[in-house]
Amino acid sequence: MLRLTAAAYADMVAHCYDALPLEACGLLAGPAGSSHALACYRCGNVAASSRVYTVDPLHHLRADRDAEAHGHEVIGVFHSHTHTEPYPSPTDVAQAPDPDWHYVIVSFRDEVPMTRSYRIVEGQITEEPVVVDAR
Amino acid sequence: MPVDVRLPTVLRQYAGGQSTVKANGTTVREVLDDLVLQFPQLQGQVVTEEGALHKFVNVYVDDDDIRYLDKLDTLLSGAETISILPAVAGG
Repeated sequence: MLRLTAAAYADMVAHCYDALPLEACGLLAGPAGSSHALACYRCGNVAASSRVYTVDPLHHLRADRDAEAHGHEVIGVFHSHTHTEPYPSPTDVAQAPDPDWHYVIVSFRDEVPMTRSYRIVEGQITEEPVVVDAR
Repeated sequence: MPVDVRLPTVLRQYAGGQSTVKANGTTVREVLDDLVLQFPQLQGQVVTEEGALHKFVNVYVDDDDIRYLDKLDTLLSGAETISILPAVAGG
């Protein structure tokens, strides 16, 4: 299960709205080894595409450092799907860098954004529940 | 003088769980070679058998991506921090 603070969740979805019509991406951070995202780091999509994303490497470096300074670490990555269902694409699976991460997709296929989270371990995709903390 | 090398979470299991380790070298390549001497399981994780940087790995000297410096031959003074991070991408 992935838990997000209300602020991290709102920031993640807001960033995905802001990037439309392009895909957005960013990183989630929390206590090491946990499944609780306390912070959302908005990152640039250097692919500048509505179909693919590449997290701006310098934004990743800064997020990683900031998370560490707060005693946290990056625990996952999110990106948006502008028109398709919130399910990992073959590219998402092929390039998933860390089996301990949570892979979050925010889909704008429908009127209301849909948020889903997955674990991707050795090419196997497993969906997990997403819980947003009460404010 | 050894430099600090920050490891991504996915590689820490090969370095006794440490997030930052020290390694010696006057270039990034020498530092990464020293890292493999200390932690043999890191062999092939950052640098390919052919001696090139892996496509899905980014290496920084302080704030600078080594691809925009002299790549693995980037010179170090000993005061820098090297960060290794996975390239994060998808569709």
